[in-house]
Amino acid sequence: MNIQLDKHGRLKHFLSIEGLRRELLVDILDSAERFAPVGERAVKNVPLLRGKTVVNLFFEPSTRTRSTFELAAKRLSADIMNLNIEASATSKGESLSDTLRTLEAMNCDMFVVRHQNSGAAEFIANQVASHISVINAGDGRHAHPTQAMLDMLTIRRAKQNFEGLVVAIVGDVKHSRVARSEIQALNTLGVAEVRVVGPKTLIPSQVEALGTKVFHQIERGIAGADVVIMLRLQNERMQSALLPSAHEYFQAYGLTERRLKLAASDAIVMHPGPINRGVEIDSAIADGPQSVILQQVSNGIAVRMAVMAMAIGTQAIAGAN
Amino acid sequence: MDIDVNELLDEMSRNLAQNLSDAQCENPLFVGVRTGGVWIAQRLHEQLGGDGPSGELNIAFYRDDFSRIGLHPTVEPSNLPFDVNDRNLILVDDILYTGRTIRAAMNEIFDYGRPASIRLVVLVERGGRELPIQADVVGMRLSLKASEHVKLHGPDPLRLELYKAKP
Repeated sequence: MNIQLDKHGRLKHFLSIEGLRRELLVDILDSAERFAPVGERAVKNVPLLRGKTVVNLFFEPSTRTRSTFELAAKRLSADIMNLNIEASATSKGESLSDTLRTLEAMNCDMFVVRHQNSGAAEFIANQVASHISVINAGDGRHAHPTQAMLDMLTIRRAKQNFEGLVVAIVGDVKHSRVARSEIQALNTLGVAEVRVVGPKTLIPSQVEALGTKVFHQIERGIAGADVVIMLRLQNERMQSALLPSAHEYFQAYGLTERRLKLAASDAIVMHPGPINRGVEIDSAIADGPQSVILQQVSNGIAVRMAVMAMAIGTQAIAGAN
Repeated sequence: MDIDVNELLDEMSRNLAQNLSDAQCENPLFVGVRTGGVWIAQRLHEQLGGDGPSGELNIAFYRDDFSRIGLHPTVEPSNLPFDVNDRNLILVDDILYTGRTIRAAMNEIFDYGRPASIRLVVLVERGGRELPIQADVVGMRLSLKASEHVKLHGPDPLRLELYKAKP
């Protein structure tokens, strides 16, 4: 049984794309479409989660994910509290379960968790009181399901449907929780082909088993692709000698105008941000007409509103029965 | 029971025209509540003429039963393709029952701006109001028990169905 779902198959926690049916992913996208126009109105919130309390529980620094979760909660009229755990009680020696018990005692309804260890969000979901929903905002190298779903929404908005699409994910796939969740989501939603593109040191072994084709040459990897997803190259990878230098990485794997011409003529370019201009992507591409990087940010708010409302809604039904 | 919806619409549109002219209300904007109210709003709009497109409200995010039934699975979002500030609105729904849908619809409208006025037009008032909300123009009044229901099918043709809930 999937811990993310209640006994009727409704979303209770959102921890990973793995094990979720296509219908549920489509539900999330459809709900996000309904929430998207809220952000364009005079009053940018709806009273759906009035009186609910959401806690951003961030064990690892984050700006855009944390702030879009915060904005999503506020647009649903929930109360939100940001807890930067590094600077709080755990550094005074409080254990994780004591921190969780303390937050439960404050009558919270949802934890949004970011943690450096894979599996942390699921661990917390197993620990918390049954009325609390947990959303994974990124755990180690494991999963970042809301990022994957906002990318799916961005792709669906540009391409209408997933059938027949060729999607290339380029860069540090090995250390990327975003890539892992994207691969699962793309395959569940039924694209034609998922490619992973990068140097051998940054492609995980057995990634084919997840339903991908591996390319070590970017020119071949993005040839004919409908969607090109560039991953952020983290500086610490260079320090651990997995890569020669940022400059050489750009020479071999950076997305340039010349390379993008090899993709489909109407290909879209995505990036989860923050961008390293001139490392994984040329500025002209990041700001160019094929880039949907800023749409990804707006779509992120709508997707996060959708999963928050769905999960807290499921808990509300359980509480009412 | 056979009810001619077109006949009701003709009468509603005459009554609404009279109501608007009595109040010297000009250039009103139509707003229908999804789904049935949108059909009725479009028909009245065609018969009376008037400005611009009709607005459409999906009140799923404003319902007062979220804590009992969770997120409502509906498809189309609200769409008010005009500025509601200082405009006279005609809010249209198919069935007026408890009044909770209309409360939710008015709350949503005010999140788009501050209209000059709102009139409520409904095809059927079925009895059983729980809130102090009443319609300015009503196509047909029924006194149904809680176990009896009326439903509008459409959009073409529009058809009212009366049925009893299965015990």
